Amino acid sequence: MEDKLILNGHEFTSRFILGSGKYSLDLIKAAVEHAGAQIITLALRRAATGDVANILDYIPEGVTLLPNTSGARNADEAVRIARLARELGCGDFIKIECIRDSKYLLPDNYETAKATEILAKEGFVVMPYMYPDLNAARDMANAGAACIMPLGAPIGSNKGICTKEFIKILIDEIDLPIIVDAGIGKPSQACEAMEMGAAAVMANTAIATAGDIAAMAGAFKKAIEAGRTAYLSGMGRVIDKGAAASSPLTGFITE
Amino acid sequence: MEIKELDPANRINHMEYLPGMEVLEDSSIESQVIAAMNGYDCDKYTAADVRRALAHDNRTPEDFGALLSPAALPFLEEIAQAAQAETKKHFGNSVMMFTPLYIANYCENYCIYCGFNCHNKINRLKLNIDDVEKEMQAIAETGLQEVLILTGESRKMSDVKYIGEACKVARKYFKVIGIEVYPMNSDEYAYLHECGVDYVTVFQETYNSDKYETLHLAGHKRIFPYRLNAQERAIRGGMRGVGFAALLGLADFRKDAFATGMHAYLLQRKYPHAEIAFSCPRLRPIINNDKINPKDVHEPQLLQVICAYRLFMPFASITISTRECERFRNNIINIAATKISAGVSVGIGERTQPEDKKGDEQFEISDGRNVDEVYNAIKEQGLQPVMSDYIYV
Repeated sequence: MEDKLILNGHEFTSRFILGSGKYSLDLIKAAVEHAGAQIITLALRRAATGDVANILDYIPEGVTLLPNTSGARNADEAVRIARLARELGCGDFIKIECIRDSKYLLPDNYETAKATEILAKEGFVVMPYMYPDLNAARDMANAGAACIMPLGAPIGSNKGICTKEFIKILIDEIDLPIIVDAGIGKPSQACEAMEMGAAAVMANTAIATAGDIAAMAGAFKKAIEAGRTAYLSGMGRVIDKGAAASSPLTGFITE
Repeated sequence: MEIKELDPANRINHMEYLPGMEVLEDSSIESQVIAAMNGYDCDKYTAADVRRALAHDNRTPEDFGALLSPAALPFLEEIAQAAQAETKKHFGNSVMMFTPLYIANYCENYCIYCGFNCHNKINRLKLNIDDVEKEMQAIAETGLQEVLILTGESRKMSDVKYIGEACKVARKYFKVIGIEVYPMNSDEYAYLHECGVDYVTVFQETYNSDKYETLHLAGHKRIFPYRLNAQERAIRGGMRGVGFAALLGLADFRKDAFATGMHAYLLQRKYPHAEIAFSCPRLRPIINNDKINPKDVHEPQLLQVICAYRLFMPFASITISTRECERFRNNIINIAATKISAGVSVGIGERTQPEDKKGDEQFEISDGRNVDEVYNAIKEQGLQPVMSDYIYV
């Protein structure tokens, strides 16, 4: 059976969601190709209406657009931006970002859950960006989210998966794809997320600031595939507390 | 005409609010900023302090002080490298583009270094709304989607309603609208926000109130605390972001830069959702006084200040204006600045008025490149010009 990422019934073979901000528009096409990405994010605030440097003109055909609500400070603003994205012809996918902290750009889970509920009812494929909290993730799942997108570290920090243990809990407990978003700085960290059982990885800054953007997109693709394959293969035994006992502890049992 | 304020005895008390000026009784931002500035001793820092500040992940006010100190100047290359790394982390390769639009140059203030001051003999002009629209059309045709609307500081000639009308017109042509006008009350900021504005910039000029008093001799701008609290009133009025600046060269630039950074830092802690922006203007020559210059703020010092802002508040927008030359601007966007103006006129009616009808400039600009030229210069550095990074909701 083919291994697919499924979001509200939409199927994807790629598990790499590519960001489109922060780098040269001319490089988007090459990055998408090298990444093998089928979903690309788009900050609606960047989608200029003019004809100079309009990001919408640079997205290759056949790629699913994932507009985000970047710029929204609460649920109400996120809902308005999502509707605007739909009106502009960006489709039904929406990544919710509700942020009212200009320093760390940490998402507000409470507002995000509220926006998830409203937009899911309006038929959007809702992908909430959130701080990995199990209760909030359950609320978002119950509200109709198509997946959960916990952050690995603050946006743009390239610090890797600082929230690893909490993301693992989401992977174990939530029956939706868990997509690690933000903080992933290099391919090895993307691989690690996939080995843990994440359904996909989203990356932007790490690729945008690489010396060779297309090549880095390709490196991420391979890392994500390797991590996925490792996860599906059943990770081998990793002993982290000294050697295993050679004579079994349960050997005393006689009947 | 005799200028009565040249005699200090004839000047109004610069620390006392005038009737109608809103007082934020519950705010301690001003006293905190002034205390921080007064406590800042730039000579106490050593090379070790600078190295420690550079090594930190999240930089404290103490680190900021070290980075602004004379001890940091020998580390300018390392500081620039660190600043560039922070800029890339938070902004990637993006450089936002905009242009200022001066719609009136009438001014009621007597600020001795400014070309618009009420005693300077210059051509005055206030654009009517039709001409404002024509100017905006001309700007929009260049591809820009962000505009900064400016006036001289005359409430009489450029009242809030007039500015609001101009902003409503701007909404038709631009996605991002900022204003740089006289400070006003929070309900007036709320009105302008409804008209489409989301960013307010107010230059404090200097945070040294004694020095401030000797530079701003007459008019409402003379009231130091009302100006200092403008950003907080703007945030309370619903504005999304606020911009800060000291005009470097007026007083001790290190203290002023420290106060500017602390002002932004304290407000962001109090209002975490507020977006923060810095400008880094140096003094420029004006009409009828070509002797005005940035004094001891040479390019190394300017670069140091800009990088210190970046390292202290890595997420802040930093604007580089045409007060600086092409060479400096081209390089600073690759290090720390994230917003650059293009196709700039600091006079009134540049795009629509006949030569003899135009209003004169606020200062002499140093970079007259048009939008295409700046756009291409950004691209040549491997950076991405961004016309809109904002959505009005």
